[in-house]
Amino acid sequence: MTWSRKHLLDIESLTVDEITTVLDTARAFKAVGERAIKKVPALRGKTVVNLFVEPSTRTRISFELAEQRLSADVINFSAEASSFKKGETLKDTARNLEALNADFIVIRHSASGAPHFLSRVLNASVINAGDGAHEHPTQALLDTFTILERKGKIAGLNITILGDILYSRVARSNIWALRKLGATVTLCGPATLVPKTFEQMGCRVTYDVDEAIRDADIINLLRIQHERQRQTMFPSINEYTQLFGLNKARLAKTKPDALIMHPGPVNRGVEIDSDIADSGRSLILEQVTNGLAVRMAVLFLVNGGKGPQEVAGD
Amino acid sequence: MPETTVILDAAAMQRALMRIAHEIAERNENSAEVVLAGIPVGGDHLAKRLAKILSEIWRQPVPIGILDVSMHRDDLDRRAAPEVHPTVIPFDVTGKTVVLVDDVLFSGRTTRAAMDALNDFGRPKKIQLAVVIDRGHRELPIKADFVGKNVPTADNEKIRVKVVENDGVDEVVLERK
Repeated sequence: MTWSRKHLLDIESLTVDEITTVLDTARAFKAVGERAIKKVPALRGKTVVNLFVEPSTRTRISFELAEQRLSADVINFSAEASSFKKGETLKDTARNLEALNADFIVIRHSASGAPHFLSRVLNASVINAGDGAHEHPTQALLDTFTILERKGKIAGLNITILGDILYSRVARSNIWALRKLGATVTLCGPATLVPKTFEQMGCRVTYDVDEAIRDADIINLLRIQHERQRQTMFPSINEYTQLFGLNKARLAKTKPDALIMHPGPVNRGVEIDSDIADSGRSLILEQVTNGLAVRMAVLFLVNGGKGPQEVAGD
Repeated sequence: MPETTVILDAAAMQRALMRIAHEIAERNENSAEVVLAGIPVGGDHLAKRLAKILSEIWRQPVPIGILDVSMHRDDLDRRAAPEVHPTVIPFDVTGKTVVLVDDVLFSGRTTRAAMDALNDFGRPKKIQLAVVIDRGHRELPIKADFVGKNVPTADNEKIRVKVVENDGVDEVVLERK
């Protein structure tokens, strides 16, 4: 059990111990969500600002509910209705929020490194809720938690990430977490979206989808991110579905206990067949439930050690 | 190396638990109302031991739960985040006499947090407190109902209650820095 970080900025800099600590802590928080009274007073009197400069629905809602279940006061700040429209810089916005005595800033931003920047200029704890194509640490932690819960281990598993890897912060964070915990990670998708450079992160890269999923214990499907593509990286959505979409014929050739994950939002009929998304092999809704527990755990852990340090008594 | 003194050995610890169980039985005439809730890390195994002895006295099973208090502590931002354990309360506490079981009673803040945590599960008829060691230094108006041994201590001393399940041995030691 080791955690002394004030921020959660990325998975890359976390140790195996720190990742395990989050997962262990999340297990206890998941149980809180199953009680009649789902709220605990751990962050009572603390203020959390959700600074979502890039649109998000599920991550913001998940963070917001996690904060409320920890009894924190929550302010939501979105790009559409904010001072960014009036030309205020990120630094000024964040310092204004801090002047209101915010204790935590949860930030989603289209620029990679924005959370790291804030952590250097603010006293508040900063939690990265997705920065550009860089990292989405809480997504990787909830994916890892979900795999661990269903498979009982991470080390030695074959995990295939299929889809748009190049523009995916989810893929990067997942690769860091899974490699650190000892899984074998295979990446697959159109060659334009899965550059060979990912082999430097310790992954296997293949463009043959049937081969990529044949021995997989987990198949993690990623959405094609239209909003991050400045040029067309493959001819058409239809062709992508034909070549890389997970359909029943492809699924029939995988291991019978292979499970399907997807960080959402799902494009039914594009990267995944609609029936598969709703089947017993799909973990998509479990990921959502676990995301809440993992985000509660992260907020709880970064809160530790913010004030004057005392030695714990019995 | 800290200087250590054994306060209770395995036999003495067993006698203390035996006495606590008999006191719980004596105090609570309606055995059907009594449930135990151990506070991790130290209290959960002790609760199991007490439940076993009590079930032999009463000739009926005594429900046990695990009550983690870390989310209810009042010092969360003054220290590194504590290790959180799952809370398992597999019974309705409303109308029951809940005996909280902990290894050491010190400031009383853990007990306060435990009473708060228990509120989330219902409204017990009574809450009682059983500890193996009461080492003094209370910071809150809290008193144990059942005590294995009172050990007056200094601030630089630490009490460790070891149990076979976690430490391979049953004993209570006093460590002096």
